[in-house]
This record gives sequence, C-alpha cells and structure tokens, in this order.
Amino acid sequence: MAEALWLHAVARDAGGLDGFPGIVGATVRTVAAAGLVAVVSPVDPAEFGEEALRRNLEDLPWLEGVARAHHAVVAAAGERGAVVPATLATVYRDDAGVRAMLEQRRADLDAALDRIGGHTEWGVKVYAGKEPVPVAAPAQQRPASARPGTDYLRRRRAELSAGDERRRRAEDDAEQIHEALAGRADAARRHPPQDRRLTGHAEPMVLNGAYLVGTDDSSRFADAVDELAQRHPGLRLELTGPWPPYSFASAEEASAEETSAGEAPAR
Amino acid sequence: MTVTAGRTERVALVDLLDRLLATGVVISGEVTLSIAGVDLVYVSLRALVASAATVAPPPELQARE
Repeated sequence: MAEALWLHAVARDAGGLDGFPGIVGATVRTVAAAGLVAVVSPVDPAEFGEEALRRNLEDLPWLEGVARAHHAVVAAAGERGAVVPATLATVYRDDAGVRAMLEQRRADLDAALDRIGGHTEWGVKVYAGKEPVPVAAPAQQRPASARPGTDYLRRRRAELSAGDERRRRAEDDAEQIHEALAGRADAARRHPPQDRRLTGHAEPMVLNGAYLVGTDDSSRFADAVDELAQRHPGLRLELTGPWPPYSFASAEEASAEETSAGEAPAR
Repeated sequence: MTVTAGRTERVALVDLLDRLLATGVVISGEVTLSIAGVDLVYVSLRALVASAATVAPPPELQARE
C-alpha cells in the first residue's frame, strides 16, 4: 500500500477532526486502539520515507510548510481536549503500525494525557537590555600618552568587563525570572536561547523558558509576566502562547530541567 | 512586553521549531528513529540560519539599495 502515516498527536477523543486539512494537501483522519485515538495525515512515502525526510528537513520552505500544518492540526486537536503532541516527523508505514504503537505505549500515553490535560504551554523569552556602552573619546582628543598601546588595552579591557558584567547580571535576573515563573507553573523547562540571527534582536537572549500552566490560571500567569517585566525595566520580556503542551509531552522532560547550552557563537 | 497569541496570529517559525524539534522523541515512529533528536535539530537549525542570513541582509546593505 503506497501510503505512510504522519502522526500529529494522540488523544482520548478527536471527534470532528476527520477531514481537517493535514500535511501538505492531505486530509486528517484518526486511527483508534487501546482506548486512544491517533490523529494522522496520510502522506506519500516517496516524500516522507527516511531518505526523503532527511533531505527535505534541510529544505526550509518544506520544513516550514510541514511544521505549520502539523501545528495547526495539533492546536485544533488540543481545542477538543487533552492531546499528547508527537515530535515532528513521526511516520508509520500503515494503520497497523499506529495501532501497535498505541497498544504498546498505552500506559505512558494515558499518564501523559492525565498530566497535561487541562493545561497549555506559555513561552517566555528574556533579552539582555541594551544599556549604553561607554564610548571612548576619539584618540586624537586624548592627552598624548607615553604609552598609547597600554592605554588602549586598559580601555578595551574595561569596556569588555563592563559588557561581561551586564551579561552576567542579565543572566542572574533571567534565573530569578525563571524561578518565579516556574513557581507559578505546574512544570517548567528551558530551551536553549535562540541565536541572535534568528531572533532579530541585537540583544542576546538570556532565557527561553516554557511553562505548563492550568488553563484557568493563564491570565494570572500573564499578569505575573507583566509584573516581572516591570520589576526588570532593563530587560525585554516576550510572552508567547498559548501553545499546545509541546515541551511537556514526555514525563522525563517535564521534570528534568534542561541545562541551557548557551547561545551558539554568532559573529 | 509583547504577547503573541499561539492560534490567532502566525507564530514565529523559530519558536515553533524549538518546540517541535527540541522536545525529544515522544513516540517512536517506524520511519524516523535514526534521524530523530540531535541530528534533526542540527540540520534544521543550520537551514534556518542559512536562510535567515540570506533573507535579512545587514542594515547597511539595505540602506544602500
């Protein structure tokens, strides 16, 4: 049979999702087993087989189309009840493969649905503030020095350590912000800060946090973010969401907090 | 502070990929076991960086045009 199945999410009930637009022109359908429902898009194995996926995932327009279509299905499923979102590019050969997975993973999936049901995910990104960098006066206006090289090095070192100091302070503040928000969430984790070339901000990102918040607590969580933004006027805070609970779909990740690898060197 | 609604507005691709790629293998597929995880994040972010560099030239270049 020339049809593979792209898994979007697992739910207990996906009523009304059949026929929803899926991955690149496909129509969503469901596969039921073990009291669970898998929401899938039938896809062409020529485009979604292992070799083809490896190639296609490096093609940004392709990746973007697939990621947005997948997100639209997961978000729509999430509106109908608890869902466990699948990681991007989880593909099965046929219905039997999906049913076997549902049966094998039944206990894990049930536990995950209990844990994240009634919750949404909020993202909070914090950027270091752009405080004025002390500008050294032009060299020709400075009094002549017997050792201009040494003076330059001393000035440069002072500038660098001021920058390091600001960065360190911003990281400390980000740590406090994360702690405060984690205290208001049922689970929290940190994604690695995004590269400056992708954020469009000149300031480095010092926190890329995700927080699992009860649906009823959403506005209180947003208020807390507001309050923290006011308490830290030197930092830029960005709230995104509500997201389906992508960052909390598996138990290990919800409890074990990721240590941030730091921003990739950008020059 | 800016607030982006996840559903009503178009979400930033990089925020979406943080969630879709970096959150580990939730459920094992039959086809993608060997490309899941770190490799996947690496290839896609590399693609993103390359593309961001092409679509957003430095401000001084834009000003000259």
